[in-house]
Amino acid sequence: MSTISSKVPHGPLADKWSKYKEHIDLVNPANKRNIDIIVVGTGLAGGSAAATLAELGYNVKSFCYQDSPRRAHSIAAQGGINASKNYQGDGDSNYRLFYDTVKGGDYRSREANVHRLAEVSGNIIDQCVAQGVPFARDYGGLLDNRSFGGVLVSRTFYAKGQTGQQLLLGAYSAMNRQIARGKITMHNRHEMLDVVKVEGKARGIIARNLITGEIERHSAHAVVIASGGYGNVYFLSTNAMGSNTTAAWKIHKKGAYFANPCYTQIHPTCIPRSGDYQSKLTLMSESLRNDGRIWVPKNLDDVKAIREGRKKPLDLTEDQRDYYLERRYPAFGNLVPRDVASRAAKERCDAGYGVNATGEAVYLDFATSFERYGKEQAKIHNISNPSEAKIMELGQEIVKAKYGNLFQMYEKIVDENPYKTPMMIYPAVHYTMGGVWVDYNLMTTIPGCYAIGEANFSDHGANRLGASALMQGLADGYFVLPYTIGDYLADDIRTGKISTDGPEFEAAEKDVTNRIELFINNEGTHSVDYYHKKLGKIMWDKCGMSRNAEGLKTAIIEITALREDFWQNVNVPGTATEYNEQLAKAGRVADFLELGELFAKDALVREESAGGHFREEYQTEDGEAKRDDKNFAYVAAWEYRGKPSEAVLHKEELVFEDIELKTRSYK
Amino acid sequence: MNLTLKIWRQKGPQDKGGIVDYKVSDISEHMSFLEMMDVLNEQLVNKGEEPVAFDHDCREGICGMCSMYINGEAHGPNRGITTCQLHMRTFKNGDTIYIEPFRANAFPVIKDLVVDRSSFDRIQQAGGYISVNTSGNTQDANSLPISKENADLAMDAAACIGCGACVATCKNASAMLFVSAKVSQFSLLPQGQVEATDRVMGMVKQMDEEGFGNCTNTGACEVECPKGISLDNIARMNREYFSASAKG
Repeated sequence: MSTISSKVPHGPLADKWSKYKEHIDLVNPANKRNIDIIVVGTGLAGGSAAATLAELGYNVKSFCYQDSPRRAHSIAAQGGINASKNYQGDGDSNYRLFYDTVKGGDYRSREANVHRLAEVSGNIIDQCVAQGVPFARDYGGLLDNRSFGGVLVSRTFYAKGQTGQQLLLGAYSAMNRQIARGKITMHNRHEMLDVVKVEGKARGIIARNLITGEIERHSAHAVVIASGGYGNVYFLSTNAMGSNTTAAWKIHKKGAYFANPCYTQIHPTCIPRSGDYQSKLTLMSESLRNDGRIWVPKNLDDVKAIREGRKKPLDLTEDQRDYYLERRYPAFGNLVPRDVASRAAKERCDAGYGVNATGEAVYLDFATSFERYGKEQAKIHNISNPSEAKIMELGQEIVKAKYGNLFQMYEKIVDENPYKTPMMIYPAVHYTMGGVWVDYNLMTTIPGCYAIGEANFSDHGANRLGASALMQGLADGYFVLPYTIGDYLADDIRTGKISTDGPEFEAAEKDVTNRIELFINNEGTHSVDYYHKKLGKIMWDKCGMSRNAEGLKTAIIEITALREDFWQNVNVPGTATEYNEQLAKAGRVADFLELGELFAKDALVREESAGGHFREEYQTEDGEAKRDDKNFAYVAAWEYRGKPSEAVLHKEELVFEDIELKTRSYK
Repeated sequence: MNLTLKIWRQKGPQDKGGIVDYKVSDISEHMSFLEMMDVLNEQLVNKGEEPVAFDHDCREGICGMCSMYINGEAHGPNRGITTCQLHMRTFKNGDTIYIEPFRANAFPVIKDLVVDRSSFDRIQQAGGYISVNTSGNTQDANSLPISKENADLAMDAAACIGCGACVATCKNASAMLFVSAKVSQFSLLPQGQVEATDRVMGMVKQMDEEGFGNCTNTGACEVECPKGISLDNIARMNREYFSASAKG
């Protein structure tokens, strides 16, 4: 075991980033024209990075597996984006955003990175407004804010329930401007299948054209991985069907350390699963917790009656309901952070209080808000003695204006009207805080290879706060990477074009082709999905919302066996030289089968509970996560050595200079 | 429920293609339409046949990737949703369902139900942006108040997911609703005024070059649009276009 350096600049926390920017090496505009950069992924991080690097003058080659960069899964983010603008005058500041994020991450993130994130957060909003992103506004024409979990201020900017879409379309439009100028060459429907290292540096990738099946070599002076998270290792998650870990995993196998894979976010407000055929889960924005109250029945008799259809939730009076978040966490109530809310739901459901047939659902109820808003509106509109029905009607209009599209989405999926009966929700895998290890420059342990957005591990510690993923993706792409990458590329101005004819490219291409041939010629007995579902079940049961040593050890054994079976018996129809979705999926699942093992290994080694990583052996008397700062205040960065079981642990000690480590309390 | 599926199969862009019949059984009414397709494909893979290729990704109605023409309607019989949000409770036991790709000259078929919509990207590249560098050195976001009414209208237009249902539905295969959504978003915001003339001229020119048809105000696009993009946007774009043309 060795320690690794994060290359955080010296000096006071608040000055680090500005001082750093003043002293880095720059590349002059004429030289930028001779430098190529590959960006894999076109979500908020990859899209914003590609656009900005192209604006600066670099030649950018962008890759996405979808048919257009606009479809990257950042588009599905609903609720909002945080920024410490303090427009509401409620005492927000860069420091407070920094502090909330470190605390929310259960003190497992890197102080300097998080502070930088808070510093640039305001700029993101300015930038997006300049691009024409239609954020919600109040009647005075100024920007509106809402609150998210884990904070006591209103700092979340939003565009209806489609904030991710609007921000992504902003980045997409910035990309389009550069594509039109010829500064970005866009490769849609392409999947990166390996990174190519020349003399130790990342100098290109091998990609497969998903339409023709052609294997292509692409060279560059630096490679940026912005391929998102690995939530689909669970099979069921709120990720898109195509979201995968392949790009990140390939660089891991070529020398990039993989950090904290066990930190996974299980989002508390998703639509419960309905059957075995389920292909994915749908999130309901956390913003709903601003106005919705979460509860289950107090008595098991009522639970039984509801499951059997003899009672409806509305039949239960207030004193028959257990608003368990308000009961357990009076200070934050329904707005506790995601990990806390998810575990609380699991605790109630495990105790038998789940309200649907599967026993895995709790209520999210808006009746109190309908009434509160209704009374307020009646006053505003001078309606004296309004009837109860009128109050509800007025209140529902307000809720509709705020979350109308979410209510509509719920009704379409579940076929129940959430204005009339409470929604049912249950936690689902949503985001992965772990990812490729990067230093302060966002560079991985492969020189010239960077990882940004959800693909890296850096800013959210063991738990991410709501509305912070969009912030981090855009911060990395618009405002951080464009500086840090220049410092590295300043040494490359004399390198000249990188040839794709060298032996390194040839060897990498050969590896990729061999693996594809193996799949096609295997002619096994089980489909790719068969294995993916099995892996997902192991992960959810043994590496899910709570974990224990015994379960994790079993998971490692089971995943290893499943992986061997996969390589023996997987069936991939069709050929390698055509559009073949099963083939593309086979490659992704093969990588998940390796990552899953490292995940379990990381969870086993981390003998503490922190954020999304809850080890049953390490909890307080009242069931809260119990950290061990003495032994585990470090980032676990894993080095690949042939197979996941041989991975070597490197530690980055986390140094907290500005924040005192405390037990996270939302009571 | 048990269903008969009549699905368009086409090996590649040059292949002639045709309808092939399939049977699926034990379909739950709670399944989404694409989950039903997953069941069919799993069945085909296990039989050693080639699965049906179709585009899909987020499966929550926002990425715009799914694109089927179901029983003669883009995204199927229900309103205000994409194919991935369509649920099998819409159908009855014993139904026959026709499933075809989105058809238009500017959307060539790649394989089976997968079409090439890169023409949409090229229209956006011809002006669907505001020329501001992403340096962060812009003015404070609140120094530019925008009336709530215009901000909301701009948001409604910006909600377009670029799926192409409007084109697939239109008897002329016109892309006017798609293009007008972007033009409208920017024409309703002060940030969009500076480049308004070039934007509308550039995007309309590209739209024509891609081979999309003209608009004859049938209004089918608005009906089939999963995001409820209004025809008002086409009127707004026409105004923008005429005033831009007058400026020459």
